[in-house]
Amino acid sequence: MIQVENLTHRYGDRVALSNISFEVKKGEIFGLLGPNGGGKSTLFRILATMMVPTEGRALLAGHDVVRDAAAVRRHVGVVFQTQSLDKALTVEENLRAQGHLHGLSGAVLRERMEDAMGKLGLADRRKDLVETLSGGLRRRVEIAKALLHRPPILLMDEASTGLDPAARRDVSRHVEMLRNHEGVTILLTTHILEEAGRCDRLVLLHQGNIVAQGSPAELRSCIGGDVVVLDSANSAALAAGIQQRFGLTPVVRDGQVRVEIPNGHRFIAEVVEAFPGAIDSVGLHKPSLEDVFIRQTGATIE
Amino acid sequence: MSSFFLPAATLWQRELVRFWRQKSRVLGVVASPLVFWLLIGYGSNDLARFYAGALVLTVMFSAIFSTISIIEDRREGFLLSMLVSPAPRTSMVLGKIMGAATLAWIQGLIFLAFAPLAGVRVGILELFPIAAAIFLISFTLTGLGFAIAWRMDSTSGFHAIMNLLLVPMWMVSGSLFPMATAHGWVKAIMWVNPLTYSIALLNHVLRLPNAAPGEMESLAVTAGFGLVLLLVCGMMAAQKSTRSAA
Repeated sequence: MIQVENLTHRYGDRVALSNISFEVKKGEIFGLLGPNGGGKSTLFRILATMMVPTEGRALLAGHDVVRDAAAVRRHVGVVFQTQSLDKALTVEENLRAQGHLHGLSGAVLRERMEDAMGKLGLADRRKDLVETLSGGLRRRVEIAKALLHRPPILLMDEASTGLDPAARRDVSRHVEMLRNHEGVTILLTTHILEEAGRCDRLVLLHQGNIVAQGSPAELRSCIGGDVVVLDSANSAALAAGIQQRFGLTPVVRDGQVRVEIPNGHRFIAEVVEAFPGAIDSVGLHKPSLEDVFIRQTGATIE
Repeated sequence: MSSFFLPAATLWQRELVRFWRQKSRVLGVVASPLVFWLLIGYGSNDLARFYAGALVLTVMFSAIFSTISIIEDRREGFLLSMLVSPAPRTSMVLGKIMGAATLAWIQGLIFLAFAPLAGVRVGILELFPIAAAIFLISFTLTGLGFAIAWRMDSTSGFHAIMNLLLVPMWMVSGSLFPMATAHGWVKAIMWVNPLTYSIALLNHVLRLPNAAPGEMESLAVTAGFGLVLLLVCGMMAAQKSTRSAA
């Protein structure tokens, strides 16, 4: 449904995307995960036909984003991070205006509006001015708006940023419903791990490069076993000691020593025994996407 | 056809609805030219001479106010969805300019209500050419505002241009002193300043003195300038860019 081939983008001398390729299948929820400035927004703008890439190409529903931008726009619904709603208008007025932009009018438009408002649970708020709605509701209006022309692809830019956890789950639930019931293919950008974990597949973007891709489970499984995090007043010395004593390769980040190891609970007992007094606190967790990202880049996401 | 005019019409309508819901905007736009006019006019004991200039200033303020919103609207607002919709960019330009021009026109007409103070009596039949002239000037100034705003990243840049270009342009347009009495290079600037012809056009239809360029000449230059701006705006908006449109 979405093919990205050797996409490169430069802003002057600065490389924002460097030779990116990936594919999204029909009906997938696909995530672009990475820190701000990692290249997500650039990629999103290119896919949404808001700017032309320096090199490479991208096809959405078989249409080239540069050569056939108009066809792409007919097949894609875009949900923006920043609001694209007119706050001085009501929910219904916003939807009607959006329909007009897509050449919809009359009975067809009314039916589409009812349908979209029904799906996103907005029917009883139709007469409300957008400025009176909560953040979560506004985001739902954005999604309803993007669906009016029944696009097979939905692009969402940081759709849950700035929402509280309950509103975020609510948006996710609606997105999953769209995929399950309507077969909509969804590409979303995020820097929120919880949201990324709900995607079918992900690419991890860092400094314009794809550093890993796969399903969340696949990505996590590239880290064998557990992650042990040790706090220490002298973390560098502790890391060196662990390397010497256990033959492991610990990573030091923000004054913490991180070790990836199977059977972490046993390692904890040994390491505390081996370095008495050097360890202030100990943590153990199953690998998260953040751990994958740290392993690949040495940097954190959030 | 409908895929061109429907988006333009919906944008036009949006401008009017927003305006209606923020009626206090009228006061802000009409009040300051009115105060300027009354101060200068009573002070020099010649309200008639400065009337056309004050009316154009009203229209200019309104046009600037509307087009400055393009900058914010594109980054965080309704124009974003325009940019990724299949509606032609040229229809977006037309809708936005017509919408903003209509608002400027309405405010110009409100200012027209003060015409009797300048000794101008407007009959029903005279109202049509006057209203048409005000609309043409509104359209032209909105086009100018759009052309400036489209490439701007920040509203502060627009304010700088307004102070350095638009306000001086208005000052040397015959609004404050007629071309006939101007000196040297300022006279040359007035001669090439499109706003000079807008002021003259207004003076003609209002039957006020000091209309330096002729009636037909004023009409042709004002309309021609508006048309050129419309084309420039359309071309700018339709251009594909490796910089983001938003």
